[in-house]
Amino acid sequence: MIKRLYECIRSLKINCLAFLAVLPLFAFTFIFVIGPLAYMLILSFLQRAEVWGVVNKFTFKNYRDILEPVYLKTFIESFKLAITTTFLITIIGYPFGYFMAKLDAKWKKRMMMFIFVPFWTSSLIRLYGWIIIFRANGVFDRFLMTLNITDAPLKLLYSYPAVLVGMVYVLLPFMILAVYSSAEKLDWSLVEAARDLGASSFQAFLTISLKLTLPGLLSGVVLTFIPSMGLFFIADILGGNKVVLVGNLIQEQLMKAHNWPFAAALSVILMILTSLMIYIYRRISNVKELEGLV
Amino acid sequence: MGEYILELDRIEKSFGDVKVLNDISLSVKQGEFITLLGPSGCGKTTTLRIIAGLEKPDKGKVYLEGKDVTNAEPNRRNVNTVFQNYALFPHMTVEGNISYSLRLKRLDRARIKETVSKALELVQLVGFEKRMPSELSGGQRQRVAIARAIVNEPRVLLLDEPLGALDLQLRRQMQTELKRLQKHLGITFVYITHDQEEALNMSDRIAVMRDGKFEQIGTPQEVYDQPKTSFVASFVGSANIIYGTVSHVNEDTLVFENKNGIGIAARNKINILKGQKITVAVRTEHISLTPAASNRNAVGLMGVVKEKSFAGGLLQIFVNLADGQEIIASRHGIDSLLVPGDNVIVTWAPEKAILVDLEGAQ
Repeated sequence: MIKRLYECIRSLKINCLAFLAVLPLFAFTFIFVIGPLAYMLILSFLQRAEVWGVVNKFTFKNYRDILEPVYLKTFIESFKLAITTTFLITIIGYPFGYFMAKLDAKWKKRMMMFIFVPFWTSSLIRLYGWIIIFRANGVFDRFLMTLNITDAPLKLLYSYPAVLVGMVYVLLPFMILAVYSSAEKLDWSLVEAARDLGASSFQAFLTISLKLTLPGLLSGVVLTFIPSMGLFFIADILGGNKVVLVGNLIQEQLMKAHNWPFAAALSVILMILTSLMIYIYRRISNVKELEGLV
Repeated sequence: MGEYILELDRIEKSFGDVKVLNDISLSVKQGEFITLLGPSGCGKTTTLRIIAGLEKPDKGKVYLEGKDVTNAEPNRRNVNTVFQNYALFPHMTVEGNISYSLRLKRLDRARIKETVSKALELVQLVGFEKRMPSELSGGQRQRVAIARAIVNEPRVLLLDEPLGALDLQLRRQMQTELKRLQKHLGITFVYITHDQEEALNMSDRIAVMRDGKFEQIGTPQEVYDQPKTSFVASFVGSANIIYGTVSHVNEDTLVFENKNGIGIAARNKINILKGQKITVAVRTEHISLTPAASNRNAVGLMGVVKEKSFAGGLLQIFVNLADGQEIIASRHGIDSLLVPGDNVIVTWAPEKAILVDLEGAQ
């Protein structure tokens, strides 16, 4: 890069000037993205100080600590929840996005509005709405009791299902939009061609539509799976202290226990896991860019 | 019933308030090459989609080999389509595209491979098996689309402007090839085009369509030489449409008059009365122009030469008649000493003037 910069200044060609123009962006990225990451990585190998901050002494202790059953279990729990969340989101979001792409332009716009309107409010506040619904004798309980489906409050709040619902609720739009943008590009005449060549509508869906929207589906999976590993506030608000995920653990270690090096180590591992996911995604889909990042 | 492979019986179809097909009937024989010819928006693609089963008619029936398939799903009809945009599956190789219908039928691999390579030979694309559609030229994609549609051995092959996206030279070449292929396979072709030359070159019969109706169905010769309507006359080839009132009726000819003068037309044993208003079509190449000064007594329409231009190897002379109507005369090679501004008399051989738009006559 330095060499290129040097050549640039010497030659002053147009695309070189363009390079100079984006240089501030590189600088920005370097300072605010790469810098903190490097700091975190270094931090994860340091020791915790007695009272506050860190001691500049190299150690692997933080990583060894992760292997302790308590923390390992948190990782496994998070992983399970993330998989369940992603699975549910796929089942709901794929058909939603797929059929949305089939609507006419007017309805597409309206559906888009329905999806985007909630974004105008912070998801944190919207999650408090779920508390009203889920709490003992809340909206949901009373609804079920009026219908005589249950005769006592279910006490759904601060439980695993509540967290699951919250996760699905917050992350679903990402899947819908990813699938939608992929299905939108789908040429429906290909489906007709398949039908013409003897495919039933289901066969045509499997061999043509699904295959061609797979990049969208997979990027939806990545876009929901990765955040669902790290989101801590949903488990906080809807799970109380009963559901502890990696995200919660990191937040707790950082903010409450003030064990920065350990929080850093946890973050590094989380990052490695999610990077692994993206790598697998690329191998499967042969797609270099995530689709649907509208 | 048995002699026709495909029959459309009084088909009607509307999209919203727009009536796209209005009482369409057509019978196609086994092995026939029939072309639906018409301007864009005349309903020819809809007709094709109804035959393929991609669209259901509001009224009327579709018969394939004598069986009513009006409500059969597209995959339950022994008909395949070559789509206008080819609709090749972008995620499959050439081989994958062509073998798609065979794989759906779960034929064994060896047989699929054999059929595919035969089809590739037929469309002259041997060696392209592993290419992706995106790596092919327009002409090659065209061939793949055809190969994909014929491996299934359909009784009827539907082709929706298959050559529309190709350049002129390639189009001519593909016309010949398609015709050869059709003869070789013996499959019935229903071919759509808006190019009259293509239709005249390739078809056994042409159905000229306009506003959701067939204007005329006949052999290229019939459609060209004996157009039934002024639309057919001007859409197939180019013709001058002349209106007039009959002033004399003879054995074989009739004489008509309009503001520009007098014209003679073939009667063709049609019952015409004196005083009747008629429409006559005269092909541009049959128009004769004589300088008015040299023949004061000539019978014809009076006009003034407006412009001369070359188009497609033809010299075209535009003549303005007295009432403003434009007559076009075309000549092969270089013609005439006529220059713009010359007064001319427009005439033609009586048998070249064809009565058209005779509602109810004959």
